[in-house]
Formats: sequence, C-alpha cells, structure tokens
Amino acid sequence: MLAASGKLDRRELARALLADRGEMVCIAGLGAPAWDITAVGDHPLNLPLWGGMGGAAMIGLGLALAQPSRPVLVLTGDGEMLMGIGALATIAVKKPRNLSIVVQDNEHYGETGMQETATRHGVDLVAMARGAGFERTMFVTKPEEVPALKAALHAGEGPFFAVAKIDEASKKLVLPPRDGSIIQNRMREAILGPAAHHQL
Amino acid sequence: MDPNAIDKAPDAAASWPDQIFDLLKKHEIRQVCLVPDAGHSRLIKRCLADNSITVTTLTTEEEGIALLQGAWLGGDKGVLLMQSSGVGNCINMLSLSHIHRCPMPMLVTMRGDFGEFNPAQVPMGNATQAVLEAMGTIVKRADTPEDIAPTVDATIRMAFNTFRPTATLIGQRVIGAKTFGKD
Repeated sequence: MLAASGKLDRRELARALLADRGEMVCIAGLGAPAWDITAVGDHPLNLPLWGGMGGAAMIGLGLALAQPSRPVLVLTGDGEMLMGIGALATIAVKKPRNLSIVVQDNEHYGETGMQETATRHGVDLVAMARGAGFERTMFVTKPEEVPALKAALHAGEGPFFAVAKIDEASKKLVLPPRDGSIIQNRMREAILGPAAHHQL
Repeated sequence: MDPNAIDKAPDAAASWPDQIFDLLKKHEIRQVCLVPDAGHSRLIKRCLADNSITVTTLTTEEEGIALLQGAWLGGDKGVLLMQSSGVGNCINMLSLSHIHRCPMPMLVTMRGDFGEFNPAQVPMGNATQAVLEAMGTIVKRADTPEDIAPTVDATIRMAFNTFRPTATLIGQRVIGAKTFGKD
C-alpha cells in the first residue's frame, strides 16, 4: 500500500476502504478521488463528483441525515475540503453518527498542475475538524493504521474525520460515467428501490 | 422584532410565513437548510419546532445547495431558505443540479430591491434574479402577500416534478425596509 515515496498509495487506500463495503455509500470529491473510487470498482452506491468543488462533505451530510442507518463515506482531496471548510462546523453541530470524511491529502491541486495547497504549508485539517467539534478523528500515514480507519467508517460513532497523507503522484485516469443523472439515479434506485423514479 | 436589528421581519399579523410552513408540510419536505434572514424568522421557528423536519443552519448558502443534493440522493425532499445576498454564494454549486438533474427549490427573501436603507444590500439584491436565471433557475417573484403561497407552491412543484433549480423571490415590498424613524 506504500508508494516509492514511503507515503500511502491513494488508489490502494481507496481499494481498502471500499472492499467489503456492505451498504456504505461513497461520495467522492472531484478529481482524483472520483477517479480512484471508479478505478477500484464502479458501483451504484458511488457518487463520483464532476463538479461542485467544496460541496462533497455537505452532500454527505444531506445523505447521512436522510439515511441515518446507512454508513456514508465522503472521500475527498485536500483542495476540495479546504474550499468547503466551513462544512466542518455545520456537520459537527448536526452530529450525524453515520457520516465519515476521509481526506486523501497529497498537499497539491492534482488536476491543475500540482500547485501546492495550504496543507503543504502546515494547515492541519484534523485540528480544524477537532476545533469544529469532531470528537473522533484520525491522522493516517502508515498501512498498518488503515484497518482502524476502515473500522471507524462502519462504527456508527461519527461524525468521524480523518486525514490520510498520500503519495502525490497522479494515477492512471479512470473516468466514471459522465452523465450525472445516471450516477444520481442509480444511487437513488440502489437506496430507495424502483420507487425512486416514481416519487412525487 | 429587535428595534436595534437592521433587517425587518414580517408583521405579526402577516399569515404568509405560516402558509409557507403549511406548504412545506403538504409537499413532505424533510430537510430545511438556511442561513437566517429576518424575513424568514417565523418560518424558521415553525420548522425548528417540527419533529419531522430536520433543520440545518449553514455557514454559507452554497453548503445548502450541496445538502439538497445529498438529501435527494437519500430520498429526502429539501428546501433552501436564504436572503438575496446569499444567492451570490450559491452560483457555482448550482451546477450540481444540472449535472445530476437534482431538484433544488429556494425561497429567497429580498433585500436591496425596494426602499432599502443599507447600501451594501443593493448590488446583490438587484442581481439576484439575473444570476439565478444565468444558472438555469426558474425564478418567480412574489411582491404581494397574496402572491407568496401560490408562488412558493409552484416553485416547490416545479423543482420536484421537473428536476431543476427553482426559486421564489419574496419582494422587499412585502416585508418592508427599515426606515429608522424617517417615515
């Protein structure tokens, strides 16, 4: 699971977190997290985002509130999380027990030329989450910490927030379906059944 | 209402905030998200007192657009309440509605569009409808108390029946602008 740099491989991390997922829903922030969850196995319970930068955690909150017994994972990047950082306060106040946010932190904007993000310069997202009121957090740098990270996603003791420091290298581009209505409605059907398309 | 607050709330005798609440119940709205506005203050109180509605207070209005997307994925119908200045914060996030064809009804109380006292409210207040429409939102105005309930009803119906962003703009003419003794 380690890249040559000695940091976690982002795609192997995604593979580990989504293996044996049960009923867990996964919202993936735009860019590499969306490619990662697609590369390790496209799934009706995946929502890989094409846009809405800064919104992944809040999509997770809306879904977690609507489906309180189902684990919801938001897997996103450091740049995407930083853009919507106020969501940490909003989510901490609502305290959804089934919502987890995992930031794959490579300290760069990967889709735009690898410019440095604020985490490259010491901004501590775990400390920000704790300051917002997240009581359960993790800072993950080693493969042996990943099983505990994965267990936390299913523990129902959230809201849970983790940063996983990952190797910065981009991986092979694996694109999800580009028609967002398909991505949305296959998830609604997987959660709600065929009635999803007949709801008034 | 606090005489030291700069924004004005609806008169206690006005029935339209309660009519909006009744419409939220009729349409089985389960999630209401908001950045507070004085114009929505009574509606917000009614929502907070209702056990079947989950109210989420946002740090910025664009969070509400993303929350509506998540709620819909999970089978909940939601509505975003905000004042006109907050519309400006939502613009790029509204692309989620077009990407996924997600219903996103918004109920906006207007500032800066009729007798406004505060210069800071005027730029966004006058741009509200134009920027929402630029992002593909179906926008309808309500400038009399009698117009509000039917317009909100249409806004909620068009969002959930036709899968798009829709908005009712409740004119400042209905709520009134503060005059600070210069009546």
